[in-house]
Amino acid sequence: MNPYLAGFLLGVTLLAAFFFTGRGLGASGAVKSVIVTAVDVVAPEHTSDSEFYQKYVSKKESPLRAWLVFEVLGVLIGGLLSGSLSGRLKFKIEHSPKISSRTRLIAAVIGGVLFGLGSQLGRGCTSGAALSGMAVLSSAGFVSMLAIFGTGYAFAYLARKLWI
Amino acid sequence: MGPLITQGLIGENWNFVIAFIIGISFGFILEQAGFSSSRKLAGVFYGYDFVVLRVFFTAAITAMIGMLFFHYFGWMDLDLVWVNPTYLRSAIIGGVIMGLGFIIGGFCPGTSVCALSIGKIDALFFVGGIFLGVFLFAEAYSLLDELYMADAFGPMKVYESLGISRGIFAFALIAMAIGAFFITARIEKNASKVDY
Repeated sequence: MNPYLAGFLLGVTLLAAFFFTGRGLGASGAVKSVIVTAVDVVAPEHTSDSEFYQKYVSKKESPLRAWLVFEVLGVLIGGLLSGSLSGRLKFKIEHSPKISSRTRLIAAVIGGVLFGLGSQLGRGCTSGAALSGMAVLSSAGFVSMLAIFGTGYAFAYLARKLWI
Repeated sequence: MGPLITQGLIGENWNFVIAFIIGISFGFILEQAGFSSSRKLAGVFYGYDFVVLRVFFTAAITAMIGMLFFHYFGWMDLDLVWVNPTYLRSAIIGGVIMGLGFIIGGFCPGTSVCALSIGKIDALFFVGGIFLGVFLFAEAYSLLDELYMADAFGPMKVYESLGISRGIFAFALIAMAIGAFFITARIEKNASKVDY
């Protein structure tokens, strides 16, 4: 799809999210809901003691009933639909020819851990903090965007073997 | 009128149906834009593919303009829209950690879910990493809460922090985006091709 058309349609989707719910899109928040629910099932004493978990389990409803969890389930279905329409469904480990699949998977886990940590500290990831934040012109959205992409560029040279 | 659910114009139970439908649209568009490929995403950092910049800025600007017009026509009360509060220190440090995660892992959380949905095994490992990272943050929260809460500015707007009007800022942002679209198209043309 033409990237500008895709961007326009994504913008309309984001606008719809704001129009219906008053909040934007997100992704990492859904992971937080799952973690909080899982830890609450395994160790309920721990969640009621911890300052972090307390914030999310004190409500009677399951944190899994969170908006973002349903949204991210939708992302899975939407991606699957698009991939099947365009013939891209395939089990694959994508990596630069300069590295092995094993290196790629290790880098993917490290990247994921960093994104998990950073998104909690930064109150949202590329979609929740940067994209949605920029759409409502929040300072936090622009700071997040500049910090994420600025760091990406700053370390691109060191990480070049992973990609080119 | 809007936001509809915030004002109780649509029942809470519809909230999750709408979330699911909006998610489908989100995932479909990300995948159609090519965001299910980590090497395509990484292109923005090496100059061989700027699709991330094009989609991201077009989306942010479309939604921003849409909301300004919805507000102008009285269709949407911007005061009821959630503005993420600025905690400057944690936003910068969190952003730097995420930037490292992006250049090492090749995805962000949304795009990794999208890539996972079409069968990318590396995306599955990335998503596993996110779970681990969020869990580590939750467990280490008592050590991090001072940093997490530092430099709180509340729901600050970017044009206020820059001391200019909303309209001027919106105009400048659109001009910058169009400039970036032209410049990056030239960079992309001159970059050595990468097959993925």
